[in-house]
Amino acid sequence: MSEALSNGSAPILAVDEVSVSLAGREVLRDVSFAIESGEFTGLIGSNGAGKTTLFRVILGLQAAHGTVLVGGAPRSRRNPLIGYVPQKFQLDPDVPLRARDLVALGLDAHRYGIATPSRARRARVEEMLEAVDARDFADARVGTLSGGEQQRVLIAHALIAAPKLLLLDEPLANLDLRSGHEVVALLARITSEQRIAVLISAHEMNPLLPVIDRIVYLAAGRAASGTTEEVVRTSVLSALYGHHVDVLQVHGRVLVVAGEAGELADTSDHSHTQTQVEIVS
Amino acid sequence: MSAQLAAIFDPGFFTSQIVQVAATVSALAAVVCGTVGVFTVIRGQSFAGEALGDISTTGGSGAFLVGVGPLWGFGVAAVAAAAVMELIGIQRPRGRDLATGIVLGAGLGLAALFLYLDSVYHNTTGATVSIVFGSMFTIASSAIPAVIAFSAIAVCLVAALGRPLLLSSISPELAAARGIPVRLVGVAYLLALAIAIALAAFTIGTILSTALLVGPAAIALRLTRSPARAIAAAAAIGIAATWLSILLAYDSYDWYHQSGKYWPVSFFVVTLIFLGYLMAGLPRRLRRRREIAPDPARG
Amino acid sequence: MFSGFMIHAWTVATIVAVVAGLVGFFVVLRGSAFVAHAIPNGSFAGAAAASLVGINTLIGFGVFAFFGAFSISALGHRGRHDVATALTLVLMLGLGALFVTLSVEYTPEVYSLLFGEILGVSISQLIPTAGLAVVCVIAIALLYRPLMLSSLLPDVAEARGIATARIDLAFLAVVALATTMTVPVVGTLLIFSLMIGAPAAARSFTDKPLQALGLSVAIALAIVWAAIALSYQTNYPVGFFVGTVSAASYTVGRLWAAWTRHAGIRSPTGPRVGPKYT
Repeated sequence: MSEALSNGSAPILAVDEVSVSLAGREVLRDVSFAIESGEFTGLIGSNGAGKTTLFRVILGLQAAHGTVLVGGAPRSRRNPLIGYVPQKFQLDPDVPLRARDLVALGLDAHRYGIATPSRARRARVEEMLEAVDARDFADARVGTLSGGEQQRVLIAHALIAAPKLLLLDEPLANLDLRSGHEVVALLARITSEQRIAVLISAHEMNPLLPVIDRIVYLAAGRAASGTTEEVVRTSVLSALYGHHVDVLQVHGRVLVVAGEAGELADTSDHSHTQTQVEIVS
Repeated sequence: MSAQLAAIFDPGFFTSQIVQVAATVSALAAVVCGTVGVFTVIRGQSFAGEALGDISTTGGSGAFLVGVGPLWGFGVAAVAAAAVMELIGIQRPRGRDLATGIVLGAGLGLAALFLYLDSVYHNTTGATVSIVFGSMFTIASSAIPAVIAFSAIAVCLVAALGRPLLLSSISPELAAARGIPVRLVGVAYLLALAIAIALAAFTIGTILSTALLVGPAAIALRLTRSPARAIAAAAAIGIAATWLSILLAYDSYDWYHQSGKYWPVSFFVVTLIFLGYLMAGLPRRLRRRREIAPDPARG
Repeated sequence: MFSGFMIHAWTVATIVAVVAGLVGFFVVLRGSAFVAHAIPNGSFAGAAAASLVGINTLIGFGVFAFFGAFSISALGHRGRHDVATALTLVLMLGLGALFVTLSVEYTPEVYSLLFGEILGVSISQLIPTAGLAVVCVIAIALLYRPLMLSSLLPDVAEARGIATARIDLAFLAVVALATTMTVPVVGTLLIFSLMIGAPAAARSFTDKPLQALGLSVAIALAIVWAAIALSYQTNYPVGFFVGTVSAASYTVGRLWAAWTRHAGIRSPTGPRVGPKYT
C-alpha cells in the first residue's frame, strides 16, 4: 500500500493550515507545505521557531488544528512511513550497546518479545551500516562514538525500517563543520539512492544550501516554502518576520539581517548562548 | 478557651523537657535540611540524600557497637559515604545513579553486620528500630550542643558556597564557563548534605531522613521559584511539620485500642510532608487540565 | 552445607539471583537505581501491615510494592522520578514505622525483614517465589525490545509509536513483582545490591546487550552463592556478604574496563573499548 502511495503523484507529506498553541502561546500558525518523494527539504528557523513542535505534529505526538497527510493518509502514531532521528542523544560510554545493536533495534523495536536472530536480519543490519559508512565502528560502543558517528548510526537506525520520509531534528547542531558536511552529503546520497524524502531541521541554512531541493522557512510561527530562490528573498522573509529583513549574499553564504536594529537573525549559532534554566519540582 | 487548648495540647506538653528537646533538635534539623534540601532537589540528587540516610544506619549501628553517641556515627558514616560516591563518579549525570547505588549496597551490607553484632554483644534487638526509625522522645538534652554545632557548619557551608552552588546546580556547563570549580563546589555541597542527613537521621531516623531533606524543599519549590524564598519556605515547612508531628505523637498515646503507646513522630512527619507535597501540586495540575487543546487534526 | 534446610536456601537464592540479574540489567540501563531501592524498601511496610491485621505477609508485600510503583509513576513528571520516588518511599516507610510500633510482637522481625533471612526459607515460601519468578522472566522477555528502545532513545521510541509512559509503568510493575518475590527471602535492603551490583559489573565485560544480560544473571548467581557459603562458614549475616561482594564485583569490573581500555590504546588493532573520539 505504501508503495502505491509513494509512487503516485500524491506528496509523501502534506501539511495544510496547521496551527498549534502551547501554554496559551501560538507556536505554529497556518503552516502549509508539501514534500514529494525523493526530495531533500530543509526546515529552517531559529531556536524556538517551532521546528521540533512541527515534527511532533507530523509524528502524531502533538495535538494540532489543520490536516497532516503522510503518504496520503491522515497522520497517526506508529507510522511505518516515517523514520525519525532525534536531536538529543546522550549515552554513557559504559552502556553495553554496539552501533550494530542500535541499528538492529530500528528494525522492530516496537514489537514485544525478543528478536529471533536470523541471517536475513544480520544482512539487513550490515547493509544499513554500509549505507551510512559505519562499518568501521559497527562493533564499538555507541557511547564512545563521536557526534558525527552517532548521527550516522542513528540515521541507519531510522533507515532500516524502510521509511518513505526521514525526519531529522537539528542533526548538525552538535557537530563540527567537517562531520556536518559528511552527514549532509550522506543524506543527499541516501535521498537520491533510496528515493525517500528527507526533512531536515536546522537553525543555520548555509551548510544545507548546496544539497536541498526545497526549503521551509519558519519564523514567528508561520512558514514560507518553495525552492531556495523563491523563499530566501527580502520580500518573502520580511513578510514572514513581520518586519523588514535583508537577505545578503556574502561569499556564497546567505545572511538574513534584520533591518533597522541591524540584528543578525540567522547568521550565528544561537544554541550555545541560550541555556534553559528550569527548576523542575 | 483553655479547655479547648487543653484538648489539643495534652497536659504537660509545654513543660515536658522531652518535648522541649525534641522541638529544639527538630527545628535545627529542619532549618539545615531546608537549606540543603532545596539544592538537593534542584540538582536531582534525592537518591544521594536517601542513600546517605540509609548508610548512616551503618554509622548509627557502629556507634551503638562501640558505645558513642549515634549522632557521631551518623555524621562519620554519611561523610565517608559521600566521599566514596564522589570518588566513583557522582558528578556524571547517569553514572552518579550507579555510584550512589553501589555505595548504598555496600553500606547496607555493613549495617547488616553491625546490627547483627549489636544484637550479639548487647543482647538487644531494639537498636534496629530506634536507629532506623528514630525516636525523637529519647533524645538527651546533652546532645543539643553537638546538634547546634553540626547545624552551624552545614548552614555556613551552604551560605559560603552561595551563588556558585546555585549556578552549578542549575547548569554545570554555564558554571564551568564562568570559571567556577564545579567539582569542588560539588564536593563541598556533598559535605553539607552529609551533615544535614546526619541531623535528619538523628531526628526522624535513618531511613526516613529523606523526608525532611527532600519533602519540605520539594513543596517549597512547587510554591515559589525563587531559590532564596524557597530555602526560607522549606525551613518553615520543615519546622511546622516536625512540631505538629511532635504534638500529634504526644497526643497519640491512647489512640489505637488504648494501646498506651506513642505513635512514632516520624510517621506523622512523613505523612504531613507527603500530604503537603500533593496539595502544593494541585494548583498546577488544575491549570494544566484547563490547557488541554482540541485535536481535530489527529488521524 | 548442602543438606536439609540449606537446600531451600540454595534454591531460592538461585531463583532470586536470576530475576535480580534480569530486572537489574534494565534498572541500570534506565538509571532507575533509586526506584529499585525505593520499591523493595518501602514494601516492607506492607509486611508490617500484614502482620498487624493478620494476613499473609506476601500479600502485604505485593500490595505495597505495586502501590509504590503506581505512586512513583503517577507523581513523576515526564520520566523524572527523583522527588516522587523519595516521597513515596518515605511515606511507605513512615507507615511501616507506625505498624511496627503498633504491633506488639513484631519488633524483632524488623531486622530480618530489612536484611533478609535466606537461611530460614521454608518450602511454603519456595513455591510462590518460583511462580512469581516465572512471571517476571516472561514479562521481561515480552517487554525486551520496546523497553530497550525507550530506555536508550525515548524520543525515537515515542516517534515510533511506543507508549513510553506505559512502558515505564510496566517496568515499574515488573520491579514491584520482583520485589514481592525476592524481599521476603533476601530482605528489602539487599535485593537492591543484587539488582545494581551484578548488572553494573556485567557491563564492564562485554559490549553486547544480550551477553551483558546473561552475564548480569551469572554475576548475580555468583554473588548470592558466595554470600551463602561465606555466611554459612562465618555465621555473619548473608546481607553483609551480598552487599560487600556486590560492591567488590563492581570494583573488579571497573578495574577490568580500565585495564582493557589501557591495553586497547596500546594496540590500535584491538577492540575499541574506550572513548577515543570526542
